[in-house]
Amino acid sequence: MIEAKGLTKHYGSKLAVNQLSFSVRPGVVTGFLGPNGAGKSTTMRMIVGLDAPDAGDVTVNGRHYHDLPWPLHEVGALLEAKAIHPGRSARAHLQMLAESNHIGLKRVDEVLEVVGLSAVARQRAGKFSLGMSQRLGIAATLLGNPEVMLFDEPVNGLDPDGIRWVRNLLRGLAREGRTIFVSSHLMSEMALTADEVVIIGRGCLIAQIPIDQLLAQSSQRYVRVRSPELAALKTALELAGATTVLEEDGSLSVRGPDEIAIGELAASIPVVLHELAPQSASLEEAFMELTEDSIEYHGGSGTAPVQSPEGAK
Amino acid sequence: MSRTVGPTKALPPGRYGISGLLASEWTKLRSLRSTMWTLGLTVVLGIGISALATAETRAHWSSMSLGSRLSFDPTSTSLIGVFFGQLTIGVLGVLVMTGEYGSGTIRATLAAAPRRALVLAAKAAVFGFVALVIAETVSFLSYFLGQALLTAPAAHTTLSSPGALRAVAGSGIYLGLIGLVALGLATIIRHTAGSISAFLGILLVLPILVHALPNSLANQIEKFMPDQIGASVVSLHQSDAFGAWTGLLLMCGYAVVLLVAGGVLLVRRDA
Repeated sequence: MIEAKGLTKHYGSKLAVNQLSFSVRPGVVTGFLGPNGAGKSTTMRMIVGLDAPDAGDVTVNGRHYHDLPWPLHEVGALLEAKAIHPGRSARAHLQMLAESNHIGLKRVDEVLEVVGLSAVARQRAGKFSLGMSQRLGIAATLLGNPEVMLFDEPVNGLDPDGIRWVRNLLRGLAREGRTIFVSSHLMSEMALTADEVVIIGRGCLIAQIPIDQLLAQSSQRYVRVRSPELAALKTALELAGATTVLEEDGSLSVRGPDEIAIGELAASIPVVLHELAPQSASLEEAFMELTEDSIEYHGGSGTAPVQSPEGAK
Repeated sequence: MSRTVGPTKALPPGRYGISGLLASEWTKLRSLRSTMWTLGLTVVLGIGISALATAETRAHWSSMSLGSRLSFDPTSTSLIGVFFGQLTIGVLGVLVMTGEYGSGTIRATLAAAPRRALVLAAKAAVFGFVALVIAETVSFLSYFLGQALLTAPAAHTTLSSPGALRAVAGSGIYLGLIGLVALGLATIIRHTAGSISAFLGILLVLPILVHALPNSLANQIEKFMPDQIGASVVSLHQSDAFGAWTGLLLMCGYAVVLLVAGGVLLVRRDA
């Protein structure tokens, strides 16, 4: 369980995190979403006590991180992939972390096995690819078999196999009853991994909602329909109150009724359907909709001023 | 990953502490090839330079003037190489800390052990101990080798000669303390280049600047400079400088002040 209350952090005059409150519960994967520069990494650093909040409070299992008797046994954190001395071997890196929390060398070899780095355990980490470094970082989070785990952009630099592996690992860890908090800017990835998302923009909380609800409440939800008698179907649908758009590829996008209602309507005309496919808006779209007003760095708008923080929802 | 956890997961008794951190720092130190290289270089070059200096003196002994022969100090000559070690031990003291900042390891370290003052204490203890052992090795081996090379008729000393043991053991202690001064500076500055510059500035440039001051003032300040303290530790001749033990105590003070200042900043600053 992670609980943040009114977390606020400035770097100089820049407000990085603003009055951020959320809670991350055990047993599910909670995604942490936000555009770049939204304050995700800062928040994660505050959770593990690396950065001190200017105001507010964050606790892990009801305690401040600093007061945890055995930090690695209670919290595993992957904050940045390349946080390893390039001259040190993977095994030595894990060993020095393990020793600080009285974790045996047997466990070091175990976690190297879990992340698939046993064969290169004695090679210097400086030679590792970003993907291997990510795996080493993940191995470090597993050392103390902790109940609470944080991952900052864990799939960065991984190939599709690696991404699937991380996704399954995170879901498996959550199933075991752990608290899993994972940040990503890959919204589509979160749709597959997270059960719930905490969304921030410009350091402020935008929403904390289950991922299904985020997708469902998006106005982008529609049904794609193909039919040889599209014109008749289109008229019938519009009479029934649906909004339709004829797409360039010849399909019809229908907003309003769900696929069941459309199918029944088509049968009652009757009209033959070649396709009836509900399209959930990608999380990307749902996310863009939510954070529209809070993107820190607008691209391509030339001299357009960045919106003031008051403009953020 | 078939392990299960839950709110009832049993933790070890007590709390992480200095014993684990000492083991961790020892692993960090010995797992870097650069550390081993630097320590090896300190030993080899330290002894080598001392041997060169004494062998050179022996070779020219017959052509030296009586005055030079009388003022020749076999002990300090054989310890010349130890002072070369100031540079390597100092750089290592810097790298032990800035290497963590440069690579980001510091964040893994501090997440594993959030009591930062304790982490610094463990680091200083492990590095200080290793530096001291290496430094004493260099100074004793340099001394024995140097004295062996100073065959008759050249003057030589033994450890039982007045002040010799103090000079040999003292220069090792001096070198260990120089390492801790560098570690303290690096904890404050956090960047490799800046820390090494500051260290070399204090060791090499500051004495030159002080020397440029008016004599009366320079004489007052010079004895506080680390290089002067080092010189007084090995020298058997009396001078205006502090005595060997007073000087080493002062060096201890410098190291403690810098490490405490570094520790306070380490605790207060974001990592």
